[in-house]
Amino acid sequence: MTTKVYLYKRFERFWHWSQTLLIFTLVFTGFEIHGVSSFMGYENAVIWHNNSAWAFIILIIFAIFWHLTTDEWKNYIPTARNFKAQVNYYLTGIFRHAPHPTRKRSLSKLNPLQRLVYFFLKILLIPLMVVTGLLYMYFHYPVKGIELDSLKYLAILHTLGAYFLLSFIIIHLYLITTGRTLTSNLKAMITGWEEMDEEEIKEIVVEAVDGAGVKIKPVHEDKKSREEVKELLVDALKESENKVKEEEMEGQKKLKHKKK
Amino acid sequence: MEIVRRLLILGFVLALSVIFFSFEEEEIEEVEPVVVKDFPIQNYVKKCDQNMIPSVDHSKFEALKVPFENAHQVTKTCLSCHTERDKEVMATSHWKWQREEELEGKGVVALGKKNILNNFCIGVSASEGTCTRCHIGYGWADKSFDFNEPTNIDCLVCHDNSGTYKKEKGAAGYPKESVDLNYVAQNVGAPTKENCGICHFWGGGGNNVKHGDLDKAMLDCKPEIDVHMTTEGEDMSCVDCHVTEKHQMAGKVYALSSENKDRMECEYCHTDAPHKQSILDEHNIRIACQTCHIPVYAKANATKMIWDWSTAGALDEEGKTKIEHDAYGNHNYLSIKGNFVYDDNVIPEYFWFNGIANHQLITDKIDTIPVQMNTLDGSYRDKGLIQKSKQPSKIWPVKVHRGKQPYDPVNMTMIQPKLWDKEAGQGAYWVDFDWGVASEKGMAYIDLPYSGEYDFVETEMYWPLNHQVAPANQSLKCIDCHSRKDGRLAGLTDFYLPGRDYSVPVEAAGILFVLVSIFGIMLHAGCRILYNKSCFFQKLIDGDKKYDDKGLPVQEV
Repeated sequence: MTTKVYLYKRFERFWHWSQTLLIFTLVFTGFEIHGVSSFMGYENAVIWHNNSAWAFIILIIFAIFWHLTTDEWKNYIPTARNFKAQVNYYLTGIFRHAPHPTRKRSLSKLNPLQRLVYFFLKILLIPLMVVTGLLYMYFHYPVKGIELDSLKYLAILHTLGAYFLLSFIIIHLYLITTGRTLTSNLKAMITGWEEMDEEEIKEIVVEAVDGAGVKIKPVHEDKKSREEVKELLVDALKESENKVKEEEMEGQKKLKHKKK
Repeated sequence: MEIVRRLLILGFVLALSVIFFSFEEEEIEEVEPVVVKDFPIQNYVKKCDQNMIPSVDHSKFEALKVPFENAHQVTKTCLSCHTERDKEVMATSHWKWQREEELEGKGVVALGKKNILNNFCIGVSASEGTCTRCHIGYGWADKSFDFNEPTNIDCLVCHDNSGTYKKEKGAAGYPKESVDLNYVAQNVGAPTKENCGICHFWGGGGNNVKHGDLDKAMLDCKPEIDVHMTTEGEDMSCVDCHVTEKHQMAGKVYALSSENKDRMECEYCHTDAPHKQSILDEHNIRIACQTCHIPVYAKANATKMIWDWSTAGALDEEGKTKIEHDAYGNHNYLSIKGNFVYDDNVIPEYFWFNGIANHQLITDKIDTIPVQMNTLDGSYRDKGLIQKSKQPSKIWPVKVHRGKQPYDPVNMTMIQPKLWDKEAGQGAYWVDFDWGVASEKGMAYIDLPYSGEYDFVETEMYWPLNHQVAPANQSLKCIDCHSRKDGRLAGLTDFYLPGRDYSVPVEAAGILFVLVSIFGIMLHAGCRILYNKSCFFQKLIDGDKKYDDKGLPVQEV
């Protein structure tokens, strides 16, 4: 039995899809400017590339703000936990339809491989593209103060980054299909709701209750399953209450021992 | 919190929409063929707003009705009212045919048509009688000409508005006998295209021969030939751009000039931000307006591209001079001048240029072949910080004229031959056809040594293009230069040009990376589809482990 969990928030989805649009525009126009392809004419390519670049920079600023204010940035801290399991999953488990070793939850949506790749994307590749791009735009002509001697190395770095980005997109597009079903990842990123089975939900709820203060929204679309989640929540709460009681008991025992 | 979040989203959407709306503004429209242009113009009053009524009617002056005995008298009469103008005129290079300018490594040199060599008719020395038909004076037949005599000035050649004033061939600048000097003197005014064109269109011995962008067709042409001078548009005259102060005209040609001063620039009227897109304005920091806006030159009539003097002198069976034409009716061979190659709709060659030129003086030793008759200074690295030009080198369209002309192989200098004389036996090449004698006479005339030996050497001369500006919709497009193959700037390789240049290793690595990614996902997807549970990866890693339906390993008890 599966149920749906609200995983990707409204801004997150907006950010993701506008970023998709912008990066596609940047890649297509960028390679036209590079002289590899021709879609819309060089002049239009330059105009669209520059304007999309500005839109992208604004988007990045908003996204950074959102990540910082919502603690979502923690998603991108690389972790060794489950790393090998995840690699093995993609190399073997996926072919025998084994379950994903990493469960998705609102503050840990990414598996260890994703964490690593997105981390480098955000720390290295995107900043590289933004910095070389801005320098490309502004400092290749003589201006007061800063003046680049040549566009060459800047342009080559920007190009190299573009090829990496292109590779990332290709692999990223393919990995969309590796969810529970072929389209479940895509649906989740469009609607925000990810399908999960009961056990997963229970795990999440327990975790959520354990780590108090962490925001999570395990809400169903239809009333029936909403009731089910409530039950799960109550079960989880009872369980954790029992745990707390046990711990308290143990604590008291220990205290007694010490007193003695 | 909800409100704050909603406000953030709203703000973001607004910011995005501002960006996207700016696309609309900056989108370039198809420029309409002629008529109205809405780019900024300064320092110029359009013809329709100009007061064209002359303040003086010269036909009412009694002094101009008295019959003139000779041309000198006309000048004297002009100066009787326009006093002091003679001093202005005599200070100009139009009068002196030279300027004092600094040449790199050569100090201050008085240079000009008077003493410089080119690879067309070579030079005026010893042939003044015919060459000075284009001098604004009367009687410059040889070195004895008095440059300080005001009545030697020819006012009419520039100020005739009657269209009837003509100078005589081989008469050292005197007008034809048939000219009615009184009629001309009563119809004077500001110089028209015809006045300037009679010399500047016909330089080098024929229409459009020298510059390639100055053609008699520009007297009455379509906008496609020249947007400024077209009779279907603003119909500007030369002096509308080459603004004149005390008879000093702005602008000059680097076939003769050297320093970066007194230039006439497009920005003077068009401002430094005439484009709708700032990125195009930025191009002007390193690219001359002319580069994009003069995509081809010699649009109406062909111009001379190659002049080979070494074949001159062949006469026909009767001992008469020959004239041969190419398929388009241009001169192909003249006994007096040798072989030519003409071309029309020529694509310019492009060079970095910072406004400083150097010249091969007749006293200079030949050190390069082809001999560089003039060199345009500049490079990508010259950003105006070190150079005397004080402004960055820009990419310029240039007509390169290639020649083969006499030089002295012993002294290793160029030769100034005597080309013209009224009569035979004076050593003029065009009459006697003897290079040896012509060289001796010519070099003796300018008091320079001649070894007695002559040969022919290849030469190159650089003429930056400025005229025959095309309508905006015919100017170069980005792709004409930003292109991997056959771009206009394929020859300028001292800088990185987006769209043209790339690093081979980075390109190879990048493409490899993308291909590996594609290959990788195809392999992975293939495994998922074809092998499913029995993928070879699995056996490789897990060995013979067995799994249940849920994909979990079967616990063997």
